[in-house]
Amino acid sequence: MNYFLGLFVSGLTRGSIYALLALGYTMVYGIIELINFAHGEIYMIGAFTALILASVLSIAGLDAISILVIASLVAMIYSAAYGFTMEKIAYKPVRNSQRLSALISAIGMSLFLQNYVRLAQTSNFLPFPTLIPRFGFLQQLTFQVTSAQFVIFVTTTVVMILLTLLIKFTRIGKSMRAASQDKTMAMLLGVNVNRVIALTFIIGSATAALGGVLISSFTGQINFYIGFMAGIKAFVAAVLGGIGSIPGAVLGSFVLGWTESFGAGYISSDYEDVFAFAILVLILIFKPSGLLGRPENKKV
Amino acid sequence: MVLDVRGLTMDFGGLRAVDHVDLQVNEGEIVALIGPNGAGKTTFFNCVTGMYVPTAGTVTIARPGTDARQITRMRPHLITAQGLARTFQNIRLFSEMTVLENVMIGRDCRLSAGILGAIVRNRKTVAEEKQVVLDSYAMLEMVGIGRWANETAKNLPYGAQRRLEIARALATEPFLLLLDEPAAGMNPQETRDLVALIRRLRTDHHLSIFLIEHDMSLVMTLSERIYVMDYGKLIAVGDPGEVRRDPSVIKAYLGEDVSA
Repeated sequence: MNYFLGLFVSGLTRGSIYALLALGYTMVYGIIELINFAHGEIYMIGAFTALILASVLSIAGLDAISILVIASLVAMIYSAAYGFTMEKIAYKPVRNSQRLSALISAIGMSLFLQNYVRLAQTSNFLPFPTLIPRFGFLQQLTFQVTSAQFVIFVTTTVVMILLTLLIKFTRIGKSMRAASQDKTMAMLLGVNVNRVIALTFIIGSATAALGGVLISSFTGQINFYIGFMAGIKAFVAAVLGGIGSIPGAVLGSFVLGWTESFGAGYISSDYEDVFAFAILVLILIFKPSGLLGRPENKKV
Repeated sequence: MVLDVRGLTMDFGGLRAVDHVDLQVNEGEIVALIGPNGAGKTTFFNCVTGMYVPTAGTVTIARPGTDARQITRMRPHLITAQGLARTFQNIRLFSEMTVLENVMIGRDCRLSAGILGAIVRNRKTVAEEKQVVLDSYAMLEMVGIGRWANETAKNLPYGAQRRLEIARALATEPFLLLLDEPAAGMNPQETRDLVALIRRLRTDHHLSIFLIEHDMSLVMTLSERIYVMDYGKLIAVGDPGEVRRDPSVIKAYLGEDVSA
């Protein structure tokens, strides 16, 4: 039973991280129907920014908690700036061309950012400090939950709730929903659609960066390539849940996280990625629009 | 004059969809643009509202009592902010949002609080947002669909959806309203109600109205002046009586050998 609970918790942690990333994918897709392949790179840049800041701040003698908070905030702002710029230079100019152009542009952006970080930093793995402190109350549980797992889960839940509130109840959220349904009409009603899109990228990038900082603090090492696999997995999670749907992205992430951790725990950890993609194939066969996605009805 | 279009031309590759069109709408006037299918009416609308950038020509608008302003190459959301609103011939509601939310989107461009205000939610922003809700309810009452305010837009009956489109356009506080086939798909009763609504909007809101319409009885009863387009060119202008008798109009609609 404890083994099962351990796997459950580890699946929950993975799912939480995937969710932080998948939200960005799904929001961007919802609004401009672009699969932002460079999204994983934003997550990686977030992790690197936090690492640099953590090194500087620990020399300055701050304690772990303040380092974590400051590093996360700065990483989020810095990554948001990357996301904003990326949209302006790589996606906005091709927004009205074929979808394929935007997709290629996204892949180009992804390769560019990976190699830029490799050249500017290093191609080796770098150790990432454990920024999340130990919580005493977790030691009393019969199964193992690390503090990092706990923090990751709580942070993701809070971010998800905030985002849902933002989209449901604020003016910005209303503009986002309007723009995702009909950009032209939104524009003709006076909504500045360019600003709404830019804002979507900013929010998506900031949540991705938060995911990057948290998971790096959990795994303890980073390199320029971590965004690739994480990005692909989060993309799978978003598609699994129904791309464009925010609750879908969250559900898809947890399904994916549990599939991986239970598959690895009960069958074989070598097949972890196989399980992840197998479930994607299965879902796409039986429900092509994803778990919570709406079936696509094309206008004639 | 609230709308003054001079020499408007729109080319799509080798096709000239709109060819040197001059057109004016005076304050408080109801003007119609008619023509056979493919005459370029909707393209003309799209050029005026900034959805297309015209190949040549100028579009100038003036809110009554203010200076004229050229809007030829302005982006659509800024044109809306200048006071020009439009509806489409097919219904383009935000169908997954509520009726009230649809109207609130239209109020957005009239709010002063920016993104920062929306995040920190100071007292002014909160007051402003309350006002938006009240205003939006008022708009819905005005077009007669207040009781559906919290319904999802796609669940409304057809006539009500059309009315919601008009309410949403009014929410942007226009002085000139462009209606693209407002009566499309309506039954005779709904059309009569629509005529009454449009007349009421003009008097109560000091609106000028410019519409494209295929329903001839609506055009003839409602409009004070009619422009007729065919193959991208204006072929006639005048009051309903004049246009009805104009031989070139009859030719455009019925073909060459009508007298034979």
